[in-house]
Amino acid sequence: MHSIIYGFIGAGKLILTINPELLAIILLSLQVSGSALVIATLLGLPLGAALAWRRVPLRGLVISLMNTGMGLPPVVAGLFLYLFLSRSGPLGFLGLLYTPTAMVLVQAILAGPIVASLSYAAIVRVDPVIRQAAITLGATPLQEVLTVIREARYGIMAGVMAGLGRVMAEVGAVIIVGGNIAGYTRVMTTTIALETDKGNFELAIALGLILLLISLAINVGLRFLQRLGRVRTGIMLWD
Amino acid sequence: MGLNLEVARIVKGYKDQAVLRECSFCFEPGRTYALLGPNGSGKSTFFRLAALLEPPDSGEVRYWDNGVELPHDLGLRRRITLLLPRIGVFNTSVFHNVAYGLKIRGRRGQEVEDRVNDVLGRVGLFHKRRQNGLDLSSGETKRLGIARALVIDPEVFFLDEPTANIDPQHTEIIERIILDMKIAGKSTIIVVTHDPAQARRLGEYLLVMDNGRIAPL
Repeated sequence: MHSIIYGFIGAGKLILTINPELLAIILLSLQVSGSALVIATLLGLPLGAALAWRRVPLRGLVISLMNTGMGLPPVVAGLFLYLFLSRSGPLGFLGLLYTPTAMVLVQAILAGPIVASLSYAAIVRVDPVIRQAAITLGATPLQEVLTVIREARYGIMAGVMAGLGRVMAEVGAVIIVGGNIAGYTRVMTTTIALETDKGNFELAIALGLILLLISLAINVGLRFLQRLGRVRTGIMLWD
Repeated sequence: MGLNLEVARIVKGYKDQAVLRECSFCFEPGRTYALLGPNGSGKSTFFRLAALLEPPDSGEVRYWDNGVELPHDLGLRRRITLLLPRIGVFNTSVFHNVAYGLKIRGRRGQEVEDRVNDVLGRVGLFHKRRQNGLDLSSGETKRLGIARALVIDPEVFFLDEPTANIDPQHTEIIERIILDMKIAGKSTIIVVTHDPAQARRLGEYLLVMDNGRIAPL
């Protein structure tokens, strides 16, 4: 009980004094997860849109793989990326193992299927009459696609937020490919695991609280997007 | 002058069922036509083909401008429009719904603002311009659909049952909008309706779709 109380008091001090080590870990976590999410969205959204748009070859198989990818165990993703990036692996020459780039890659692999699947589901749900309306008003094929994507915007954003939720809380994969090197590849989740092992609960609790706050913010954001989609505010994302 | 539309012996069928059978007709620019016919007679199919949304199985849809036949490209598609029975309202404000046709044509700024506000005034939706289009009543939704088309100044305007399932008050408003367009004489207007009285009120020429063919009434 003693250690819990002192742990929370110490954690509070670290947060309130904006401890530089704590801040650096949080910033690296946000940087890695943010970059991974950008890559996942750049790849996942067009894939989801293409699958929703027309009957691409092996569509059913790709959708099944995407759905499987949503439940991909992070350590398995980490293991396979490790094998590819290790010295003897096919991409070993890139020297990416135990770098933040490797962590970004593994998180993008984990978030990509979520963004793609939820984007696909959101786009496929758009009423086909929207597409016809765009055509009758003179849209080019690209404008037609963008119009349908815009109609699915809240569902797509919910997919991106869900992807962020997954990668921010992830520990197994990043520890395998990142190595948990202090000041270089140590992020919030890996620090919590390490500091707990060491019995240094102050930093672990402080990071845990920050992680909970981020998770709460993501969930509030998701609920807000769902509400926006329902009440139809008329916000234009591109204009 | 405007566009001449000629449909020549068009045939269209779905699953071995012929809908249009060698249907032919010439529409003159600036005229208003009312097309009558029972359900399933092929009126909506005819519209989809004439508005270039689908190709016919055989026969031709031709558009002429000053004696020159036009290719079926984006340039031509942007000179004609079709008001679908279901409007397909975008999940955004009434203003942005109406501005859509201008924005995809690359128009920006004050011109868009002025034209959209003008058209919204003509259809009586100016006071609702900031409201989401999906929150309009069914009658207002039809007027929104007409406003989206009017703002792009179509030379040929197909209206597929513009007053179906709406109350008499909104029907009157929509008929007034169509009659104003008819008086302006800038567009060829082709209206599908089930109501012979409405067809007489709106159309200069009354047509009937019977057994997959168009004939003057």
